[in-house]
Amino acid sequence: MNIESAGFGTFVIILIMAVVTLATRWGGVFVMSFVPINYRVQQFISAMSGSVLVALLAPLAVTGDNGARLALLTTAVVMLLLRKPLPAIAAGIAVAALFRQLSVAV
Amino acid sequence: MSSVEKSSVELNAQQVWDGFKQLLPISLFVVIFGVAFGLAAAQTGLDDSSTLLMSTLVFAGAAQFAVLDLWAGQVPIVPLIITVFAINARHLLMGATLYPWLRDLPRAKRYGVMLVVSDANWAMSMQAFNVGKPGLGLLLGGGIALWSAWALGSWLGLYFGSAIQDPVSLGLDMVMGCFLLAMVIGGQKNLRMLIIWSVAAGSSLLAYRYLPENSHVVVGALAGGLLGAVWMEKKVEH
Repeated sequence: MNIESAGFGTFVIILIMAVVTLATRWGGVFVMSFVPINYRVQQFISAMSGSVLVALLAPLAVTGDNGARLALLTTAVVMLLLRKPLPAIAAGIAVAALFRQLSVAV
Repeated sequence: MSSVEKSSVELNAQQVWDGFKQLLPISLFVVIFGVAFGLAAAQTGLDDSSTLLMSTLVFAGAAQFAVLDLWAGQVPIVPLIITVFAINARHLLMGATLYPWLRDLPRAKRYGVMLVVSDANWAMSMQAFNVGKPGLGLLLGGGIALWSAWALGSWLGLYFGSAIQDPVSLGLDMVMGCFLLAMVIGGQKNLRMLIIWSVAAGSSLLAYRYLPENSHVVVGALAGGLLGAVWMEKKVEH
């Protein structure tokens, strides 16, 4: 089944996207309201919350270019040293930009 | 997070405003992503009002970019739904992780706050909750900041998109990655967590390679979560 990507069809496509996305934003909370929150569930949740981010980042680090890898490495090191997110993020981006500019120049 | 402090689930205007301000720096970068999206959408052939409508109603950058890839004269419905769902499925997990702090809110507020949940404000609020600080203001106020930035950026992209020709060479593609990594490292760190994260990372990579596209975040997160549920911390009695 297809939708014409013009006129009203475009609106329908956007509406489908919005509804599906909203379902994901509401679905987790909705499902959890039927789950009794015991200690095991709390442990599941707290382990999962960091894991979401790690799972998001892992392919970025492995499949990314060296600029991406250096950026993540720099952010990690600065964050461990200073424990402040903003300098860590800024340093990561700066390193990626610098590395990529240099590797174009060479 | 073995017990949820009453003070950490309060939500007043001041906290929402504070949350808004705390997410402003990262929102500036979201504006730039928005510009990139506005430009890409215009190049794909979406008209201006559709681009703006999509960014304001959907508010999910990765999914929106992916849909541009599907865009043609005819857009197939089932792949459209699967793509958007798979990329955004992490919201399901985020909602689940927030539930302990949302459950005492009235239903309208609970689901209202979730309207603007996104990676950055979720990560910051979880970090606050986990050390017993109030996080709902970060979630809602920060979400409003991110949403405004995304809509604003998309709009700017329609007119000034060509100003940012190569965001990658400026390292701008790494903003969200570095931000989320900083959140991970700022969180709880011990041997158990490190092992859980390694399992999450390994499962994510395996899924990335061998399972259907866009499944890796959910697979990795669930693997980490399940390990955490099986291998529990010693309970600290209060």
